[in-house]
Amino acid sequence: MRRLLTRARPATDAIDADEREPADVQPASAVAPRPPRGDRFGARDLVAEATFGIGARPGRLILTIMGTVLGIASVVVTVGLANTAAGQINKQFDAVAATQVVVEPAKSSNGGQERARGRLPWDAAERVSRLAGVESAGTLAEVDVKGAKVTSVPVNDPSQASRTSTPVLAASEGLLDTLRGFVVTGRNFDSGHDGRGDRVVVLGAQAAEALGVNRIDSQPSIFIGEDSYTVIGIIDGVKRKTEVLEAVILPMGTAQADFGLAAPAELQVRIAPGAGEVVAAQAPTALDPNSPDGFSVKAPPARSSVQENVQGDINLIFVALGAVALLIGGVGIANVTLLSVMERVGEIGLRRALGATRRDIAAQFMVESGIVGLVGGLIGASLGVCVVVLVSALRSWVPILDLRVVAVAAVAGGFIGLAAGVYPAIKAAAIEPITALRRGV
Amino acid sequence: MSILDVLLDEPSTDPAPAVIEFAALTRSFPGEPPVTALHSADLRIESGDYLSIIGPSGSGKSTLLHILGLLDRPTSGEYLLNGSPTGTASEADRSRLRGGCIGFVFQSFHLLPHRTVLDNVLLATLYSGVPRAERRERALAALHRVHLDHRIEFLPTVLSGGERQRVAIARAIVAEPQVLLADEPTGNLDSVNSAGVLDLFDELHGDGLTLVVITHDSHVSARAQRRVRISDGRLTELA
Repeated sequence: MRRLLTRARPATDAIDADEREPADVQPASAVAPRPPRGDRFGARDLVAEATFGIGARPGRLILTIMGTVLGIASVVVTVGLANTAAGQINKQFDAVAATQVVVEPAKSSNGGQERARGRLPWDAAERVSRLAGVESAGTLAEVDVKGAKVTSVPVNDPSQASRTSTPVLAASEGLLDTLRGFVVTGRNFDSGHDGRGDRVVVLGAQAAEALGVNRIDSQPSIFIGEDSYTVIGIIDGVKRKTEVLEAVILPMGTAQADFGLAAPAELQVRIAPGAGEVVAAQAPTALDPNSPDGFSVKAPPARSSVQENVQGDINLIFVALGAVALLIGGVGIANVTLLSVMERVGEIGLRRALGATRRDIAAQFMVESGIVGLVGGLIGASLGVCVVVLVSALRSWVPILDLRVVAVAAVAGGFIGLAAGVYPAIKAAAIEPITALRRGV
Repeated sequence: MSILDVLLDEPSTDPAPAVIEFAALTRSFPGEPPVTALHSADLRIESGDYLSIIGPSGSGKSTLLHILGLLDRPTSGEYLLNGSPTGTASEADRSRLRGGCIGFVFQSFHLLPHRTVLDNVLLATLYSGVPRAERRERALAALHRVHLDHRIEFLPTVLSGGERQRVAIARAIVAEPQVLLADEPTGNLDSVNSAGVLDLFDELHGDGLTLVVITHDSHVSARAQRRVRISDGRLTELA
């Protein structure tokens, strides 16, 4: 029997030595030098270990993420349906539409044949412009040019590929203003051109491009069939009835004289916001006091503030429900992760024995819980998108959903998971390897 | 620098530090009265030693194992691992030493049941700084060394006890530790499997690995080159 003592040296000496050289206070580093960063327990290992930890119990995963899935899905559905519904309303209430009234002759159909019952007078624009709330008005009609082609040069070239003919429209002086268009170059025709039936035209910007007309100071002409018309202006910027931009526009009187236009086809009226109902009620009478029912009027409906408030309340309730579901989801993740920590005490002890620090252990459980949350968020967000699309399809709405909201919702699931993992991770990190190793894995 | 200081200050007879050295190491647990589980223990284990620590239950074996494995800190005295003091090292340093210098083999194997044999061995490379590119290769080499090449993709649950313990040994040696600490390595094995594990220990010892086996079984202890008895917290080396 021999004593094993070979070197009796108080431990404090070594510490003193270290304290003398604070730059080298790494008593362990000489034995186990810090491995290069890439070889340490890094993010890649962390995610891999966390994924294995989750994957070991797939059944539990489904139960764990249920709360998050439902919470995220309900939030996405709420936001999505609110946006979609708002989009539906906005369709009727956008700034342009809210100030636009269109009057057309009413059509009655019998036996599949449509027949106009009324007839817009030539001075329709003038008649309605006297009504309160009307800011400007203009008439519009398609001109039947009887197959005549619109060309810039009347060359009959059989080898040239035929292209679709430029449409010809007739308009009154006020139409451009009513449609919120403007003159790019030259001028618009006026009531003088109209009354005299002058052979002048205004080109929509796209029509001008198609015909190769870009300046009017050289007094260019275009030909409708064999007849030439002087281009006096080019217009653009039309917000409504954008087909005007693709057309050659004649004054009403010219169309009547040259092409036998019978009557304006529609009356565009720009009104003050909120005047829709008044104008809609009065316009037919102003147009034809004898048979005011010969016209159909499209006017913006009055906006219901009550409806909006109700909509807002419903959204609030849904968002609140979603928040509660998310809270429950978070608590669920925290619970299951805590359970998992308790079950895996042996594994935690083993990892600590293999060199894992408390931080490594905490990080693993945080990431596990974060991944569970993220998976829940992704599934929930996808589910929410599906519901929004399905509901929109059933009601034939256009689904409107900001994809950033979906992404944020999915990521929010991950953050909820991370937050839910904090407490279990602290618990896991606090486990002493000694006690943990006494139990099996 | 600290190691140099230790060596230079010390009128020691050996130039190379021992793998493990206890200097008047005491571990006591507070209570009424305080329990002293290790009583001023002195122990020196040289590189390449095969040492067994034998003692009945309650003799301080577990405490000794925990101190040796850096899972517990001594109350007083010092534990030098490869010549560097560990008693006051930071928790991060001790974790790194544990991962890099010590391989553990437990009585109940401690294998993760849902991970393959290879994954279980790879687990030890995660925390010990084994170069990422070498991990798989080294895990396969370790499994080859314990003669389990044919079980690489198996789950531990389908292996026999002896095979499981060999996986655990592969896991313990994959990071190429200075010392292998085995706590009752044959405690859950029948005699045939025990013999297999002990034969494996002999092979590893033959390859130059330092082994410390803690056991209450005199047959296991008899295989070691040096035998230390622990009794009432005191260490004595058996001749």
